[in-house]
Amino acid sequence: MSTVDLGLPGGLQNGLHGVPAADAPQTRKEYVSDQEVRWCPGCGDYAVLAAFQGFLPELGIKRENVAMVSGIGCSSRFPYYLSTYGMHSIHGRAPAIATGLATARPDLSVWVVTGDGDALSIGGNHLIHTLRRNVNLKILLFNNRIYGLTKGQYSPTSEPGKVTKSTPMGSVDTPFNPVSLALGAEATFVARTVDSDRKHLTSVLRAAAEHRGTSFVEIYQNCPIFNDNAFDAFKNPETRDDAIIPLVHGSPIRFGTDGHLGVVRDGFASLAVREVADLPGGESDLVVHDAHTEDPAYAFALSRLTDAGVLHQAPIGIFRQVDRPAYDDLVRQQITTATQAQGPGDLQSLITGTDTWTVN
Amino acid sequence: MTIEVKQLDRVVIRFAGDSGDGMQLTGDRFTAETASFGNDLSTLPNFPAEIRAPAGTLPGVSSFQLHFADHDILTPGDAPDVLIAMNPAALKANLKDVPRGATVIVDTADFTARNLKRIGYDENPLENGELEAYHVVALNLTGMTVESVKEFGLSRKDASRAKNMYALGLVSWLFQRPVESTIKFLETKFASKPDIRDANIAAFRAGYNFGETAEEFSVRYEVKPAVMPTGTYRNISGNLALAYGLVAGAQRAGLAMVLGAYPITPASDVLHELSKLKRFNVTTIQAEDEIAGVGAALGASFGGALGVTTSSGPGISLKSETIGLGVMLELPLVVCDIQRAGPSTGMPTKTEQADLLQVMFGRNGEAPLPVVAAQSPADCFAIAVEATRIAVTYRTPVIVLSDGYLANGSEPWQIPSVDSLPTIDPNFTVEPNATGADGKPTYLPYLRDPETLARAWAIPGTAGLDHRIGGLEKEDKTGNISYDPANHDLMIRTRQAKIDGIARTIPPLHVDDPDGTAKVLVLGWGSTYGPIGAGVRRVRTVGGKIAQAHLRHLNPFPSNLGDVLRSYDKVLVPEMNLGQLAMLLRAKYLIDVVSYAQVSGMPLGAAELAGVIGNLVEETEGIDDDARHLGTAAAKLTHWDHLEGAR
Repeated sequence: MSTVDLGLPGGLQNGLHGVPAADAPQTRKEYVSDQEVRWCPGCGDYAVLAAFQGFLPELGIKRENVAMVSGIGCSSRFPYYLSTYGMHSIHGRAPAIATGLATARPDLSVWVVTGDGDALSIGGNHLIHTLRRNVNLKILLFNNRIYGLTKGQYSPTSEPGKVTKSTPMGSVDTPFNPVSLALGAEATFVARTVDSDRKHLTSVLRAAAEHRGTSFVEIYQNCPIFNDNAFDAFKNPETRDDAIIPLVHGSPIRFGTDGHLGVVRDGFASLAVREVADLPGGESDLVVHDAHTEDPAYAFALSRLTDAGVLHQAPIGIFRQVDRPAYDDLVRQQITTATQAQGPGDLQSLITGTDTWTVN
Repeated sequence: MTIEVKQLDRVVIRFAGDSGDGMQLTGDRFTAETASFGNDLSTLPNFPAEIRAPAGTLPGVSSFQLHFADHDILTPGDAPDVLIAMNPAALKANLKDVPRGATVIVDTADFTARNLKRIGYDENPLENGELEAYHVVALNLTGMTVESVKEFGLSRKDASRAKNMYALGLVSWLFQRPVESTIKFLETKFASKPDIRDANIAAFRAGYNFGETAEEFSVRYEVKPAVMPTGTYRNISGNLALAYGLVAGAQRAGLAMVLGAYPITPASDVLHELSKLKRFNVTTIQAEDEIAGVGAALGASFGGALGVTTSSGPGISLKSETIGLGVMLELPLVVCDIQRAGPSTGMPTKTEQADLLQVMFGRNGEAPLPVVAAQSPADCFAIAVEATRIAVTYRTPVIVLSDGYLANGSEPWQIPSVDSLPTIDPNFTVEPNATGADGKPTYLPYLRDPETLARAWAIPGTAGLDHRIGGLEKEDKTGNISYDPANHDLMIRTRQAKIDGIARTIPPLHVDDPDGTAKVLVLGWGSTYGPIGAGVRRVRTVGGKIAQAHLRHLNPFPSNLGDVLRSYDKVLVPEMNLGQLAMLLRAKYLIDVVSYAQVSGMPLGAAELAGVIGNLVEETEGIDDDARHLGTAAAKLTHWDHLEGAR
């Protein structure tokens, strides 16, 4: 077998390249559909929906060129509530469906809305393959660490030992760290944000939209019915400063009340949280966050600063954003190349072929 | 010595060897020579699923059978007149199919005691008289090949690889095939490896010349070109015809095509062919699994392309849920099931037609969809165009049934003019199609065409028509989520009525009943068309009266099917399954059809069917068991009786 140079398009293209611009400024209201929103009172999905509806007009693209694709689960009702094109599909398959849509239609901004069960359990295969292909679509993974729609079974992100209806003696499963998983799957854009921090959420969504390729955004989202306060450490004013490790490109990773904590390199390819005061060089010993680091080992090390069990501490922000050609761009480029080289296909000569005979 | 030329009206030839001996290539080349000569032909490749089973063993034997004639034929033939066996295992594995008196050409190079023992021969069958009933031509083909390519300095191993071309050359001489196309083919195929190219051409020529100069054969055969309808022809396999048909369908609909597929035998060639056709605006996505394949196709359809997925039975099982979503979304989707022998992994390289009930009913809930089936390799083209017409016009997933026999088999195809193909109108909605409660124009995605019941289809990017669809039950017209009991009942019945209504656009079932006096009808579907037709000809040759009809539309059936069935005393339904069409016919028409079921992984045989048909004809005519002769006579016909020529 041989390989060919794919003639990759150079430069970091915008994720919205090819999507037609809106004729006039848009408002949040235009993106609100006429459907009654039916999540449980207090659900974190409301906050994400409100942020999303507020953020879409800022993109300045035509509303009819936004397509939302979801799977099954509470979060997957999302498309119904946006006045864009949308498909509420089947469990776990949204990334596959969106891959076909994004490949067929370069003029659309395609978004996948999914949950921890939808994306990481039943749809795990499609998620990892979409990430490795780097299809130009945006995946919002609402992680509430529980199955909500089926009424409270543990999910692939539930902490070990979790007692649920299906695990009365505690779950014995080891959970996924979604950010680590995405990085392992060669994702080019990996971020995490929180439902309750609208400003941060919006900034991450914007970066995701503008990234060319698959953007993977894990959103910590509270389920008040079946897993309330799973992210309490992040929301409680008394703990949140020490819980949230903010990732800001180009800045030292420093956090905690009065910035007493920081992230340093620790042994072979690992990172660790330390008291800044204990570091010989002080802040200069801290890691300066570089989301564009090609080697995914750095972002992976960052992702491991997340608790695997009950959440006390986790990085928030963009872990990784690197440039790699998008699958759908390459696929379309091959069609263009083939068409330019040989001209558009002529059906009659195709079916006739070269080896014919005539009966008179 | 003068060599006599004997005229034959038809010949069945089988090439058999190890999986690595290039028998499929040899068969393909002989087919191409035969096609260019102008014979009618039909082929049956038969190979193991193992890519390279241990050399010299029975499971490793691969074969290619070709039937060619000076007249219209329907099948690759039941039994070979000529067997070319490249080693002892190929001889042993195929001899049981070869009738006495046939010619058996054997490469003796591998007939060592050790090789013979390995496959259970205690003695050399070439020497112990076991093959007396055959005309055996035992030659050291390998040795002669190595000798003929000496000048190219190849290793013995590499040199002996050209033995298939030597054998092809010999057989090409024997049957007076034109050889130019094979030489041209070898020049192109091995253009980058001049040694191998020259060796193969030399071996091919040496084989041809050996026939000419050696005195092994006193007779050469001639099969005159067939008299066929005026037109331009090519040879085409079912999978290639299917790929071209899909492209043609998309082009006639003016849609880009997106294929989402996962490799699976025997469907992969459709993916391979389509992946070469990018300049026809064909996108192929080799997905991570079967589910993603159909998912990507459906997503592309949502975007306004023609979504297509190709697979075989096990893959269709995995795609079921997404196909059900397609039924609910009411979007075009073409799903090709190249059936293979099941259940489960079954026998991947063998044929069967046992997925009919799976594709009819294998989804949760009431999820009706159209099913069409190709009846011959070339018909795969027309059936793919028809599937596209139905999918796009009615906004529905359509299942195309083919099978391993059609997929890999080939036949001459009268190439249609593209202009003669139907035009397909996607009829996208681009403006509001209703007035909302607020008096403003609005778009109702489930507003239907009163004639076809197809829903309005607006694609993303169409301003003012944005909408949401999904797998949840939807309200009539608006498509909004609805749990209303009466609405659910209405939607279930409407989706069913839409599919049933397709029958209005399907041509009535044609019955071949020459003088209109037959009491028995043979009804088939799919790839049994050839064997049934050949069986019917046999019965007619010996004087039996029999009618034949073949279904290309399995759901809905042609509107006149019930009347056709009721107009015969008996209806025989031969199938390569345990009676799946028979079950559907009984359920729908309350007619007790006679099911004939053979599930061997091989196509039905014409002689076998002739026996069954003849017997049923006489039974229906009230002839006693012991007085019946038609079936036996029809089954016993040899090819000298011009049996497949009788119409």
